[in-house]
Amino acid sequence: MTSVLSDSAYMLESLPELWFGLVVFALGVYLLLDGFDFGLGILFAEADDSERELMLAAFGPLWKANEVWLVLFGTVLFAGFPAVYANILGRYYLLVFAILFTMSLRGLGSKLREERDDEQWVRFWDACFIVGSTLSPYLLGVFVASWILGEPSALAIGPLVVGFTVVALTVVLGGAFLGVKTRGELRTRVVQRGQLATGAYVLLFVVTAAVVYSQYPELRSVLLSGSTVALVVATLVFAVGNVVAASRERYHASVLSASGLAAALVVFLATLLYPSIDPAAGLTIADAVVSPLALNMTTIFAAIFVPIIVGYFLFLYSLFSGPVTADQQYS
Amino acid sequence: MTDPTVTTVMTELGPWLAFLTPELASRIQFGWAITIHIIFAALSVGLAPFLVYFTVQEVRTGKERYVRLRKFWTKIFAVGFIMGTVTGIPMGFMFGTNFGAFSTVAGELIGGPLSFEAKMAFFLEAVFLGILLFGRDRVSDWFYALSSVMVALGAWLSAFWILVVNSWMQTPRGYEIVMEDGVQIAQLTDPLAAFFNPRFPWMYVHMQNAAIISVTLLIVGIAAYFVWKNRDSDVWKTALRVGVVVLLLTSMFQAIHGDMYGRHVAETQPHKFAAMEAHYETGSADLHVVAIPTDLESITDPRADNLYTISIPHFASFLASGGDPNAEVTGLNDFEYDSPPVAWVFWSFRIMVGLGFWFIALGAWGTYRLWKGGLADDERLLKALMVSSPLGFVALITGWYVAEIGRQPWIIQDVLKTSDGVSPPVTGTEATLTLVAFVVGYILLFSVFLYVLKRIIDEEAQRHEVGIEEDDRPDSPGVPADD
Repeated sequence: MTSVLSDSAYMLESLPELWFGLVVFALGVYLLLDGFDFGLGILFAEADDSERELMLAAFGPLWKANEVWLVLFGTVLFAGFPAVYANILGRYYLLVFAILFTMSLRGLGSKLREERDDEQWVRFWDACFIVGSTLSPYLLGVFVASWILGEPSALAIGPLVVGFTVVALTVVLGGAFLGVKTRGELRTRVVQRGQLATGAYVLLFVVTAAVVYSQYPELRSVLLSGSTVALVVATLVFAVGNVVAASRERYHASVLSASGLAAALVVFLATLLYPSIDPAAGLTIADAVVSPLALNMTTIFAAIFVPIIVGYFLFLYSLFSGPVTADQQYS
Repeated sequence: MTDPTVTTVMTELGPWLAFLTPELASRIQFGWAITIHIIFAALSVGLAPFLVYFTVQEVRTGKERYVRLRKFWTKIFAVGFIMGTVTGIPMGFMFGTNFGAFSTVAGELIGGPLSFEAKMAFFLEAVFLGILLFGRDRVSDWFYALSSVMVALGAWLSAFWILVVNSWMQTPRGYEIVMEDGVQIAQLTDPLAAFFNPRFPWMYVHMQNAAIISVTLLIVGIAAYFVWKNRDSDVWKTALRVGVVVLLLTSMFQAIHGDMYGRHVAETQPHKFAAMEAHYETGSADLHVVAIPTDLESITDPRADNLYTISIPHFASFLASGGDPNAEVTGLNDFEYDSPPVAWVFWSFRIMVGLGFWFIALGAWGTYRLWKGGLADDERLLKALMVSSPLGFVALITGWYVAEIGRQPWIIQDVLKTSDGVSPPVTGTEATLTLVAFVVGYILLFSVFLYVLKRIIDEEAQRHEVGIEEDDRPDSPGVPADD
């Protein structure tokens, strides 16, 4: 224990980089899992009342747990790179609170619509749910891109485009998720929407790359590197895979390929960032990381608990797997 | 903020909004947000053991009354949990948005515990609450009961790590100040000393017990309402009987523990102790048992000579020193730094302690009735319990005001001033804008919570009226929850 909890050296030389990897992993899992929920919330807009009940039955047991990945992302960033946590939250102050606000709308909308039966009440909270589900991924995309692209503020073309890309991705994810969770006419429609969104996503991904290329000359070499090209190819493969799987009614394969899209996007963004971790402040991973003792200690906790958390999710998703039925009320 | 459009808007709004400094707006915002959030946090912590009890009893005995109690309180727990999440997530982010300099200085000490809270507690709570709410017919009975234990464990672990962070800010240990890139930061040197700092055990015991007292008051208040409406309600008489005894025991324990805790505060944070008694001049201190303001100034600037007080001479010295009535208690005038806002600390402390004694009286009254018989027929007691049902939360919040406002001007005692802890890029205008949004938003949010709570209670009351009452038949566990 004393050797592991050394205060003079990281237990692995590359521990700061691994911790950066954990930050990216938490963000990626969050994007993937809450992407299902956000997409569901966007597709909720064109569903009728009985379909909405079904969608919420699929959403109900999972969304709170999914949302915790955002908290994990924040706290892992805080634990490893406190100055970065402080910098990016303070720099995009109003944007951060806007995200928290839209996420609250989403959470409250889904819960409170069930509390009363009258039309106006349900419609109001439905609207909150839809607006929150649409704006949250947009603003999150803007926030993450502003951070990664080193923008001094959030109102720049690059982040604004990335926001749309993330929204399109969540519709792909939501469509794929509902393909597994629903049946009949609703499934046909949402899966079709997911396919359309896949096309839009690929387009927006290309636009994002083009904007980064033209606006951020310092990132051109990364953009043209082999790893980026591989990620673009992976995105295309997953996109085609998703459309084909959906039209062949291979719904689980569709979820997998949509997840591949999310992973590719997060790795792409992380590639643009690395080895810097706060470009606007000129901080690299090595500059911003906490001292060896602090990082070694949190790593021990992470090594124990992250696998347990992954276990919870495998269990939770298998417990609530399969299609939802009308009698599974959302409470 | 450098965007031209945003800057223009800000310049227009500036004169209206910029009357608060970033520091003051951030402090009020954090204080306001925690005031609302802690109600839900305490609800989770305090309700957790009751929920475990009801669920285990339901599974063990299959009795309808436990099914009813479990369903009723799970609904309230779920609403409270969502409100707690919605109000809690912003708190974590406010460390970065509003108190960025503090987060940079103390990141090694508080970032770790906050991430442990997420890893150990939040996932546990969120995952197993999903099962508690939706999985009654998908898991076995015992697994269902185990899920309630997991949710409870999550709530208590969450409080554990949060109080590790907070107590470290009161009595920091296990660190040394080093220079890093021209900035002084606190570097972790001893994790165990930092986590289990001198304040931690005091705070954890006091807070957890306060949460149980608050929820017990809520439970007996609601039980009293149902019993008052329908004397035959065996379900709620059970809750009432258990509740008054728990209330007596926990509130007596809190008073004894609080007395010892006060002595610890006097040793470790003398300026906070002095503010609690508005003790300005160094010397032997009196304890003001009752303090009644005589005019407005005595409310905003309480001092012994402008209040009507009933005091025990030298008793604050006696308490602080553990027995010496002439012990010297340092007065607020003799610290090298500014005093905390004395009025807030002084009055909050009095409200907390006063309510604490009222809870002991209520518990004793109820327990006496239980012993002598006629608990359910004492109309005056039932009404007192109903009126007192939210007061536990009031005591808990004012207790936190003593702890947090009393720590000022420090954000980390003797290490960092609050004024040096705010985020450099945030302007007064921005901070004021979000403060206004939080005030309005949380008032609405809390109103919605009260409304939903009322709906859940009304629904239960209706069940009494249509006579769905007390058939102690075993409930078929395979039937999906009807809520």
